[in-house]
Amino acid sequence: MDLATLAQVLDSTLRLATPLLFACLAGLISERAGVFDIGLEGKILAAAFLAAAIAYVSGNVWLGVLAGIAVSVFMSLIHGVASITFRGNQLISGVAINFLAAGLTVVIAQNWFQQGGRTPSLTGDARMPTIDLPFAEALADVPVIGPIYGIFSGHAPLVYLAFLCVPATWFLLFRTRFGLRLRAVGENPAAVDTAGVSVIGLRFGAVAICGVLCGLAGAYLSTGLSAGFVKDMSAGRGYIALAAMIFAKWRPWHAMGAVLLFGLLEAVANRFQSIEVFGLALPVQVMQALPYILTVVILAGFVGRAIPPRAGGSPYVKEH
Amino acid sequence: MTTVTDQATRQETAASSAQVPPAIELRGISKAFGPVQANKNISIKVARGSIHGIVGENGAGKSTLMSILYGFYKADAGEVYINGKRTDIPDSLAAIRAGIGMVFQHFKLVENFTVLENVILGAEDSALLGPSRRRARGVLKQLASDFELEVEPDALIEELSVGHQQRVEILKALYREADILILDEPTGVLTPSEADHLFRILRGLKEQGKTIILITHKLREIMDVTDEVSVMRRGEMVATRKTADTSPTELAELMVGRKVLLRVEKTKAQPGDEVLRVEGLRLVDAQGVERLRKIGFNLRAGEILGIAGVAGNGQSELLEVLAGLREAEGKAWLRGAPLPLSGPECNGQARRAARIAHVPEDRHRRGLVLPFHAWENTALGYHNDPRYNPSPWRMDGAAIVADTAAKMERFDVRPPNPQLPAEGFSGGNQQKIVLAREIEYGPDLLLVGQPTRGVDIGAIEFIHQRLIQLRDAGAAILLVSVELDEILSLSDRILVMFDGRIMGERMADATDAKELGLMMAGMTET
Repeated sequence: MDLATLAQVLDSTLRLATPLLFACLAGLISERAGVFDIGLEGKILAAAFLAAAIAYVSGNVWLGVLAGIAVSVFMSLIHGVASITFRGNQLISGVAINFLAAGLTVVIAQNWFQQGGRTPSLTGDARMPTIDLPFAEALADVPVIGPIYGIFSGHAPLVYLAFLCVPATWFLLFRTRFGLRLRAVGENPAAVDTAGVSVIGLRFGAVAICGVLCGLAGAYLSTGLSAGFVKDMSAGRGYIALAAMIFAKWRPWHAMGAVLLFGLLEAVANRFQSIEVFGLALPVQVMQALPYILTVVILAGFVGRAIPPRAGGSPYVKEH
Repeated sequence: MTTVTDQATRQETAASSAQVPPAIELRGISKAFGPVQANKNISIKVARGSIHGIVGENGAGKSTLMSILYGFYKADAGEVYINGKRTDIPDSLAAIRAGIGMVFQHFKLVENFTVLENVILGAEDSALLGPSRRRARGVLKQLASDFELEVEPDALIEELSVGHQQRVEILKALYREADILILDEPTGVLTPSEADHLFRILRGLKEQGKTIILITHKLREIMDVTDEVSVMRRGEMVATRKTADTSPTELAELMVGRKVLLRVEKTKAQPGDEVLRVEGLRLVDAQGVERLRKIGFNLRAGEILGIAGVAGNGQSELLEVLAGLREAEGKAWLRGAPLPLSGPECNGQARRAARIAHVPEDRHRRGLVLPFHAWENTALGYHNDPRYNPSPWRMDGAAIVADTAAKMERFDVRPPNPQLPAEGFSGGNQQKIVLAREIEYGPDLLLVGQPTRGVDIGAIEFIHQRLIQLRDAGAAILLVSVELDEILSLSDRILVMFDGRIMGERMADATDAKELGLMMAGMTET
């Protein structure tokens, strides 16, 4: 593998990791507050569709992104009302959101665009622009440094935003009042309640942030990574993000490492149609299955014991 | 010299309390949960700078009243006055603002946070944590030196002992500048020396002018530390007394509404043949922690052997091993015949067949199937009894129901209705159902854990008498309890456990709470 190919693979790793990273941080914040969210997948899908649809209709990708965020936050709040306010089962509410998104996106897309449940291809301003980092061109021909710098240059703004979200999430969780309370509410909501802070308010806050991040994941997926929405385009990324979150044991920096690993596997699968290992040609399907196989392996607990937030999954009921 | 000053101060306080409004005054507080009237028209005054005890049986309404005061529940009727000013307390935040701090029986701490984080949670100074942390560190240092409340600020809660965790709860309240501190059953989880330390802290706080409400069912603590005491019974406030003018007997009577015996009346034990012998009992749990370290003892017919110790020092495991619920290393003999401690012969059914009965520590988890009827619960474990099974394919439900009704009668279970689900009985009556099941089969050896945990004083008296009767009938009883008073009054012989070891053995009539307390804290014999 020559340096140029490697640079290509790594470049694509960053892009493929971006929606995973948004979704992973979204799940992380929600679960840190004690609300399990298996509905990341559905929110990504709904956001991907609406972002592409609005971007296409308006010709402005940023309006699309906003629409994606809006629909994702709306779905988060449904999850919040069901599982926080009415103390419903968080898994069931999440699954319902996934089904809702999978069905509605296709139906509405067909109704609006008559293209078999997809949006038309996005072009021009409806597509997410890319940013060249300063001096990227000047450095391009410098050996070693040029290609390495090139990996980081020329991505969509959301890619940079995703990676900026990692330190931001860390700071929010561990250095701010909101973060302290949010972590506390995921561990022992009674401690928060008796300290005179609203458990419900905090959990809704976390769920809303989760919605914004899922919205960004979906919007990037359909306007940045691809040029338009197609049926089921989230392709299990919401679940992979959950796996990465568990792998990272609910820590932001580790989450970044985990999604980069998944991104790398996907990038390798996309770049190499078949790989020879010890003289045996692995078919492309095996490569494409790798992120999902890794997900299973991680969820089966081969990565050591991951202790989730202690109040995770259970609605708060006041008792003395 | 000191007495003179003491007197002077007392007169001073007496004089000032005439003008100073009470720290807390409740007027006509009522609260119902559905048909149950938890608090009925309760009025109480708590003088500023005093320690005020509230006693009452389980379900008397103490916790409900305090929850209203802390904004957990809204009262149906009544008014709250703090320092003479009418105050609405719709939520905990309002309670904190009114200067009320609460130390719950079950701590409200985030286990994997540090002490510092727990203290500032909800009382942060700004959106960023840095300044709050720095300030809290200083305040904690000050409080530690003022009130003997030393805790390492950077320690994780889960690494702290229960006593230290409780200090963190008190620190939380003081950090919020609480003037009124409510403690709900604070000593239930403490060793006697930790409890003494707590009382020193409380007296120190009182000297600083803080008002303290102490909810407890331990009359000895009330007598030791309070200035005044109020008694609740069935949702009503039945009396308030100056502690100096009352006695444990009077308080117990007020709590129950009739005369009760605080001391168990029993004759000297007449130990017979050895029933149980245990040697080198060792248990390592799944985490690799050694829970029982080479335990050895014997138990004879017609005697009660009490195992004293703070919860979590191996007593529970010992009971479980002997009851066949857990496998362990070591040797045991029942009436001279080997008793298997591991393998297929080690299970609850085999133990019952060997005439070993077991009243588990946790009656909700192990003693009863809560949604099942009382009669079903009475048969559990003895369901293969031929009397209940007239033929191999039919169980005679009617026979069990009749049997249960008779047992309920003998054990004074109220209501005596075998068709009621177990969860429909009060704690004391649930415990009587379990005891009736285990005792009525006439075991040679009764293993009994926490027989009166969460049980009313009246029922305690009954249960204690039954255990003594069983002993006098010639059974051997192994009693595990974290209530030192119970151990002292029931046992003939006492073993103290600490950290999976037996610290020593004492005859019950030749020791006292102080000596046992030291052994429970791990002090070696002197």
